[in-house]
Amino acid sequence: MNFLNLFKVAMTAIASNAFRSFLSMLGIIIGVAAVIIMMAIGQGSKESIRGEIAKMGTNIISIRPGAEMRGGVRLDPSAMQTLKMTDYEAIQREKKYVTYVSPEVTASGQCIYGANNTNTTVYGESLDYLNIRLWEMEDGEFFTDDDIHKGSKVCVVGQTIVDDLFNGSNPVGKNIRFKSIPFKIVGVLKSKGENSWGMDQDNVVIAPYTTVMKRLNAQTYFNSITCSAITEELTDNAIDELTEILHNNHRIPEGAEDDFRINSQAEMMDTMSSTMDTITIILVVAAAFSLLVAGIGIMNIMLVSVTERTKEIGLRMSVGARGIDISNQFLIESVMIALTGGILGVLLGWLGTMGLGAIGLPTSIPAWSIFVSFAVCTVIGIGFGYFPAKKAASLDPIEAIRYE
Amino acid sequence: MENKNIKKVIIELQDVRRDFQVGSEIVHALRGVSFKIYEGEFVTIMGTSGSGKSTLLNQLGCLDTPTSGEYILDGTPVRTMSKNQRARLRNRKIGFVFQNYNLLAKTTAVENVELPLMYNSKYNISQRREAAINALKAVGLGDRLEHKSNQMSGGQMQRVAIARALVNDPSVILADEATGNLDTKTSFEMLVLFQKLHQYGRTIVFVTHNPDIARYSSRNIVLRDGKICEDVINNDIQSAASALAALPDINDD
Repeated sequence: MNFLNLFKVAMTAIASNAFRSFLSMLGIIIGVAAVIIMMAIGQGSKESIRGEIAKMGTNIISIRPGAEMRGGVRLDPSAMQTLKMTDYEAIQREKKYVTYVSPEVTASGQCIYGANNTNTTVYGESLDYLNIRLWEMEDGEFFTDDDIHKGSKVCVVGQTIVDDLFNGSNPVGKNIRFKSIPFKIVGVLKSKGENSWGMDQDNVVIAPYTTVMKRLNAQTYFNSITCSAITEELTDNAIDELTEILHNNHRIPEGAEDDFRINSQAEMMDTMSSTMDTITIILVVAAAFSLLVAGIGIMNIMLVSVTERTKEIGLRMSVGARGIDISNQFLIESVMIALTGGILGVLLGWLGTMGLGAIGLPTSIPAWSIFVSFAVCTVIGIGFGYFPAKKAASLDPIEAIRYE
Repeated sequence: MENKNIKKVIIELQDVRRDFQVGSEIVHALRGVSFKIYEGEFVTIMGTSGSGKSTLLNQLGCLDTPTSGEYILDGTPVRTMSKNQRARLRNRKIGFVFQNYNLLAKTTAVENVELPLMYNSKYNISQRREAAINALKAVGLGDRLEHKSNQMSGGQMQRVAIARALVNDPSVILADEATGNLDTKTSFEMLVLFQKLHQYGRTIVFVTHNPDIARYSSRNIVLRDGKICEDVINNDIQSAASALAALPDINDD
C-alpha cells in the first residue's frame, strides 16, 4: 500500500476516534509547548544578559591582584596589594591593544547630605573610566585631569544617589560627606538602571582615584585596574599585552605563579551564557520528560486501537495486506498523532511565549527548537508506535478475522 | 459440455494433512484430503462442525499451510510459501466472502470494494475506482456506491462483500457460510447472485453446513472427521431464481 493510501487510512482512523486521538495528542501538545516555552525563556534570558553585558562594554578587561585561589588557601594580605602606581604607568606607556586604562580604588560606606544618608560605594577612577564603562553625563561635568593631580575632593554621582540624598533635585555644586570628608558634586551620571542580575548600577559615586587612595583609604595600591581593548575581537591580544607588561613590571620569573589575574568581560559573558545554557538544559530536560509520558500515552492508545481493530486487521490481511502494510498503517497513525500534537504544541508554546513576553519576561524562541520539536515528535511517534504496530502485524489472519 | 480434460485446474489438493498441537495432544483436523477443482465449477463443501471444513477453508484461502501434502492454487504450490508471498497470492487469486460480511465501519461501499486493490500497486487511483464501481454494478449495487456500511441492510452488505471478492478478478471465490447471517429470502437472493457469477464462468467454493445449498451448486464435497466422505457432481442444478420466486411472501411485514 502506498503512502498516500496509508495516510488516508490513518486520517480516517484518527478522525473516527477524534476525541480519543485528541486526548492522546494532548500529552504531546503540552510537552512540546513546555519545551518551547522553556527554551524561549532560557534563550531570552541569555540574550538579555548578553545585552546587559554588552551595554557595559564587551571589550572591558579587569586586572585584579592576587593569584588564582587554589583549594581555599588563605592568601597573604600583601598578595592583595600587588597593583601599584608603577603598573598603571607602565600600561599607559606601553599599551598598543588597549585604549583606555583606569586604576580603581573603592571605598564603601555611608554617604550623607543634610539629614539624608545612604550606603554606597565610592569608586576612585581616572578620566578614562567614563569611556571604559560607557557612562554618559546627565548634568554637569566629569572631574578633570587637574582634579586627579591635586587629589581634589570632587565627585560625580549616579541617579540613585540623587534620588536618595537630594530627593531628585539638582545636586551639582552641592557637597556630600563620605566618612566625614566632604566631596563636591560636579556632575550627575545618566541612569543605567538595574542590570539583569538585579544590581543597581546607579548607586555609585565616582571620584578621582588619587583622592580615594590618599584621602579616604590611605593606601598605596589599587584594588583593580580596568582597561578596554581597542575592539572586542582584540581582547585576547590586549590580555596578552597586559600580562606581559605586568610580568615585566613585577619581575615574575618564567614559570612562576602570577600575582595578578586578568579577566575580560567577554569571558564573563561566556560564563554567564554557559550558566544560562545549563539552566535551560535542566528546564528543557524536565519538560522533555512530559514528552516521554506523552509517548507512553500514545503507545497505550495505539494498543487499544490495535485490539479494537483486530477484525479489520484480519480482513486486510486476508485480502492481501502483508505484515509490513499493517505495521506501516499503525506507525503512520501514531506518527500523525504525535506530529499533529507537535504542531499544536508549537503553536501553544508560541502563544505561551508571547504571553510571557507580554508580562515582561525576556523570551526568544530559537528557530531550531521548532525543528527539534518536530523531529522529537516523529521519533516519539515511531518509537512508541513501533510496539503496537508490530503487535498488529504479527496477528494471525485466521484468528483476527474471527475475533469478536 | 463438462469436459474436465480440457478445463483448467484451479485448485489441487494432494493428500493434505493439518495437525494442531492442543496442549499435549495432537489434533488431526485434516487427515489426507485430495481433490481437484476445475475452472468454472461451483463447489459446495459441507460438513458438520468439527469435520475440518474451517481448516480446509483456511488451507484453500492460503491463510494457513498444510502440515504435509501439497496445495496447488492456479499452478502455484502454496505449502513452502512465506507469509508475505501468501498475502500476495491471496491478493491476486482469491476473493473472500465471510459470514459476517466484514466490511470496514463508516466506510462507503466503493471504498470497501477498493480495499484489495489498495494492496496491489498495479492499480492507480482511477483504475481502482473503476474496478470497484464495475464490481458493485455486477452485484446490483450500482446505485449505492457512496452508501456507508452502516446504512445498508444485511443483504446489501453481503453484496458489497461479494463485490469486494470480485474486484481483483480472482481465480476462485471462497465463500464461508456466506448466507449464514441472512434470512431465507435474502439467502436465496445471494444464491441467485452466486449462480449468476457461476454462469459467467467464475470458480466458486462455498463452505456451508446447510445441505439445501448443495442443490444449487454444480458439485458437492462432504467432509467428515477430516476426510472426504462424499464428492458428487450435481447434474440437476436447481435454479435459485425460481426457488426465490416460489417463496411464499412471508417477509411482507
